[in-house]
This record gives sequence, structure tokens and C-alpha cells, in this order.
Amino acid sequence: MTVAETLERALQAAFTPERLEVEDESHKHVGHAGARPEGETHFRVTIVAAAFAGKSRVERSRMVHEALAALLASRIHALSITAKAPGESA
Amino acid sequence: MSDNPVFASIQKEIEDNSVVLFMKGTPQFPQCGFSSMVAQILSHMGVPFKGVNVLANDTLRQGIKEFSNWPTIPQLYVKGEFVGGCDIVREMYEAGELEKLLDDKGVARAA
Repeated sequence: MTVAETLERALQAAFTPERLEVEDESHKHVGHAGARPEGETHFRVTIVAAAFAGKSRVERSRMVHEALAALLASRIHALSITAKAPGESA
Repeated sequence: MSDNPVFASIQKEIEDNSVVLFMKGTPQFPQCGFSSMVAQILSHMGVPFKGVNVLANDTLRQGIKEFSNWPTIPQLYVKGEFVGGCDIVREMYEAGELEKLLDDKGVARAA
């Protein structure tokens, strides 16, 4: 399973999102600190889930970080997060 | 975790300076695109800030992640309060919320 797939599954399991997009942006960071030759280090996540309703930006990001703690500690160097509740403009 | 000796120096940093950006590199020479973006937003807004280069100190680099309960760098603090990383700062800037936060906290900005 690729890192992107692992990441997507973890977020599906944690939030049952209405919308989930995982974009691998590692190619934009080739040669930068934290990039690996095999890629899959830099990701952008857009997630819409009911769990984020009433939560602040920091709280939402912390919820995502928590769901991905193992990956963040081991494999992911950078994670860009857009987390919205249903009905909010993404 | 709270007895981590680096926490005291982080605490002092965010108490002594109104706006602190824990970043990779320095405001003049950022060494990461995300750190660079936040430094640029602050500079663009005329906000005086202290840049703390976490690459200069590995204990700090790990410690700030635990201190803030936030796994990535950069990290912005205003008046001792954690604001967020690159995504949050950019979103807040675009929505006009960063300006409001700085004004509410009484952070003076250059015109």
C-alpha cells in the first residue's frame, strides 16, 4: 500500500468524510530538505466531515494530526490541511 | 514531558516577544517554503516578529512540536498564544482574520 493510500484509509476510518482529496505534492519538493528519492513525503489533504463542525482551525488540524500520528512520525514530512465542516465553503 | 528543559526557553521566548515565528532558517534566509511563506505574510503586513531558527538547535526542533502539540514547522505565536502553521496563517491572512487577531491583541504594525 502506498503512503497516500494509507493516509486516505486512516482519514476515512477516523472521520467518514463527505469529501476527501489526498494529493501527493512531493514532486514539487524534490531535492528539498525532507524529500526522499522514493517520494511520498509531502501531501495536501482536503477533507469535509461533520466532526469538524464548531471546531477551530487549530482543533481541526490537531484532529487530523492525531488520526495520522503514526504516519507523521515516520513517513510524512509535510502535510497541508484544509478541513471543513459540511456546508462551509472549501 | 512538562519537565522537558527546552520548554522553559520556549515559554520565555513567547512571553518576551509579541510575535514569534518558529521556523526553518531565518526571516532573511528561510530554508523551507512553508516557513518562507509565513515570514513573507508577516513582513508584508508590517508585523515586527522574532524568527527562531529551529534548524540551529535539534532539541528545540523536537521540543517545539511537543510544546505546541503540533507536528510541523513553522509555528506562529502571538502574545504567547499558538496561532497555527502555514495553512492556518495563510487562510487567516486571506480571510482578514490575521489582521483582526493582531489588532485585537494590540500588536502594532508598520503602515
